Amino acid sequence: MHQPAALVIKQHLIDPEICIRCNTCESTCPVGAITHDSRNYVVDPAKCKACLACIPPCPTGSIDNWRTMPRAKAYSVAEQLEWDELPAELPADRLAEAEMAAVAAVPAAPPAPAVVEERLNSAAYTATVPPWSAAHAYANLYGPKAAEASITATVAGNVRVTEVGRDYDTHHIVLDFGAMPFPVLEGQSIGIIPPGTDDAGRPHRPRQYSVASPRNGERPGYNNLSLTVKRVLEDPQGKPVRGVASNYMCDLKVGDKVQVVGPFGTTFLMPNHPKSHIVMICTGTGSAPMRAMTEWRRRLRQSGKFEGGKLLLFFGARSKEELPYFGPLQNLPKDFIDINLAFSRTPGAPKRYVQDLIRARAADLAPLLADANAYFYVCGLKAMEDGVVLALRDVAEGAGLNWDAVAGTLKRQGRLHMETY
Amino acid sequence: MSAIDYSEKIPNNVDLGEDRTLKRALEQWQPHYLDWWNDMGPDGSHNLDVYLRTAVSVDPAGWAQFGHVKMPDYRWGIFLNPAEKDRKIHFGEHKGADVWQDVPGEYRANLRRIIVTQGDTEPASVEQQRHLGRTAPSLYDLRNLFQVNVEEGRHLWAMVYLLHKYFGRDGREEGEALLERRSGQQDNPRILQAFNEETPDWLSFFMFTYFTDRDGKFQLCALAESSFDPLARTTRFMLTEEAHHMFVGESGVSRVIQRTCQVMRELKTDDPAQLRAAGVIDLPTIQRYLNFHFSVTIDLFGADESSNAATFYSTGLKGRFEESKRDDDHVLKGAGYKVLQLRDGRLVEAEVPMLNALNEVLRDDYIKDSIAGIERWNKVIEKAGIAFRLRAPHKAFHRSIGTLAGAKLSPDGRVVSEAEWAAKVDQWLPSASDRAFVASLMGRVAEPGKFANWIAPPAMGINRQPVDFEYVRFN
Repeated sequence: MHQPAALVIKQHLIDPEICIRCNTCESTCPVGAITHDSRNYVVDPAKCKACLACIPPCPTGSIDNWRTMPRAKAYSVAEQLEWDELPAELPADRLAEAEMAAVAAVPAAPPAPAVVEERLNSAAYTATVPPWSAAHAYANLYGPKAAEASITATVAGNVRVTEVGRDYDTHHIVLDFGAMPFPVLEGQSIGIIPPGTDDAGRPHRPRQYSVASPRNGERPGYNNLSLTVKRVLEDPQGKPVRGVASNYMCDLKVGDKVQVVGPFGTTFLMPNHPKSHIVMICTGTGSAPMRAMTEWRRRLRQSGKFEGGKLLLFFGARSKEELPYFGPLQNLPKDFIDINLAFSRTPGAPKRYVQDLIRARAADLAPLLADANAYFYVCGLKAMEDGVVLALRDVAEGAGLNWDAVAGTLKRQGRLHMETY
Repeated sequence: MSAIDYSEKIPNNVDLGEDRTLKRALEQWQPHYLDWWNDMGPDGSHNLDVYLRTAVSVDPAGWAQFGHVKMPDYRWGIFLNPAEKDRKIHFGEHKGADVWQDVPGEYRANLRRIIVTQGDTEPASVEQQRHLGRTAPSLYDLRNLFQVNVEEGRHLWAMVYLLHKYFGRDGREEGEALLERRSGQQDNPRILQAFNEETPDWLSFFMFTYFTDRDGKFQLCALAESSFDPLARTTRFMLTEEAHHMFVGESGVSRVIQRTCQVMRELKTDDPAQLRAAGVIDLPTIQRYLNFHFSVTIDLFGADESSNAATFYSTGLKGRFEESKRDDDHVLKGAGYKVLQLRDGRLVEAEVPMLNALNEVLRDDYIKDSIAGIERWNKVIEKAGIAFRLRAPHKAFHRSIGTLAGAKLSPDGRVVSEAEWAAKVDQWLPSASDRAFVASLMGRVAEPGKFANWIAPPAMGINRQPVDFEYVRFN
């Protein structure tokens, strides 16, 4: 609150995938902030003054990359030297969390050890690198730092994908970008800026939604994508709520125009190599990226030119009626995807959560935890994260695997990705 | 008619307007240069509007001005990096003394030779590449070719400026001779052999800019250490431009590989015949091109043992790559270095005085740098899930200069018989049919945003322009 500008920096980074290690930036930098080893050229955040002298001479454009970071968490030179790809921009919630942590760290307040020990830091398990065979993701083509602040999309479809209920209402919304570039991959998300202003008279901030369609479009070959948007009509206490963005989205008519920013995310991406397995664990609208990945694999399978691995889906909702895409899911061939559904509020049945299903399928999951070709994706409400991590730990340990080692490998190899909200 | 206003026509930061003699000399040289460009520059390009970067000063703001220009109107200029105050000689026998702002009489011949040899490569590569514009795989690539060409032209200006300013009449004659030699011409060829080879197709061009322009980088780096301060300052600025050339090569080859891998996965095959039928360049052919360009280029560093190299170093004319970052005595008397020799049909390492082996030192630094880029190409292949790795051939493979010249080795460094060499050479170096196949793919793609079938589009455009930007306008 007192000096947030000093706590958050725009960290200057070099894209190791595009850089050709020509040394031009290092020789141009007036303050010696750029250094290299045999692998990467990197910028020392402690020295860089963001004078931009290195930007024009760079022959590749790889020099012009920036990440909003809490100063205390800035990527160190040692970290950057290990990269094969740039990390994604921290999602807004993670950034806020990190900022809070940084703020808390500044006065060096004595921590409360008991609490720290009990709380499982499940977010620490998520990979900061994509799978090795991920396709290159374009990020931040539109936004405050891009050439264009936003892009206009046209609503090409808006259908409800759950049974009618009292306190939930989930829509499948298709946005078309016409002739404008907006390339996305499965697992990426986009931001929607609701029109109008908030109570304080400021324009609304963009709300983030995961893309639910595969890379070649909801309708293959068209420049469109789909989103899964849920509006909550009642909060858990039963009080009516009206989310600004989700209501705006769910009420859109075909032909309406929407302001979009993004795409976002360069790590929660699917593997593309033959025989790679995908384990998907999600709740509610967290199914959007899973739908995208499943659909891409389905199209590849249909083309007959790709030999996919196993697909396992663990999908939780309160009831069958509330589960988006329930019908279409049932139509997928059993030898294509292994579907496990958990309902926590089916009358007359015991509560089942995704972590129960994970434990029940331990015999099938343990070999995948140890298989370098298997990738795990978790998406849904923040509350599920700890439960899922603990369930995966039990699966690993039940099979005699050392969870810490497995988790470290999953993270380093970009094989466990969690996106929760 | 009044003389051209050179302070306007030639962007420069060397106070050209103040030096009447020099100005007159360059006034006489310039029309000859333009004649050379019109005769030997990119074929059929003079009327095209090309989106080029022109340096108008050496500070970050003036470094890269982008705009569409006709190439004969390109503002070739003379740029030196700003002088470093109190710069001292930091290697060789004069270590610790002030750097020279003029040419010491005793080193005049050697310095002239170094500058002429460097300068000769610049127009040579323009000549080698002059027909490639006809078969560019996209407007983006066409623009990159032309950018490389005009900057090679500017590098010639940089060297001719030194010759004119510091070498009097001899220098002016050398300046003329640089415009008279011709790449590949029998009776008046370019000085270095690699610059007399043809660049017949775009795969060769990308390999050339990756490997051979990287030789340029290492030579320029070594000259940027020179005690002759104007040479050091000139070459430092040239290095910033040279980086673009290597970018064109590295990303070009990478995009060829990317496209091939894509088709390999689509067709689920690694059969070269099927891939060729699908119109892409199979990875083994790319490996053979790599073997050729790598081996031809490492010859450019000269003989592995050279008393000239020792003299150039000891007298402070030419340093090592990153001389100032090395932590030895920078005099090297008594230091040793291992070089490869062929003895009784076996490769052996022999320890020789490092001063005599400085060509080999630079060559080894170059090889390390080249291999790092080859590994980045391998990442593209890995990412596609294909089990194939490109490799740099052994240092002794296919050499024509030094003690290893003519030795028959396989790319993995095995000494082979003449018979085995003859039987396998087509697996190791591009055969006539490889070259004919690659040539058969070449054809101009001139629609913005479209790319030839054998190459993937780049990850990003030039100067933040979109990939489908009209980088070249045909008039």
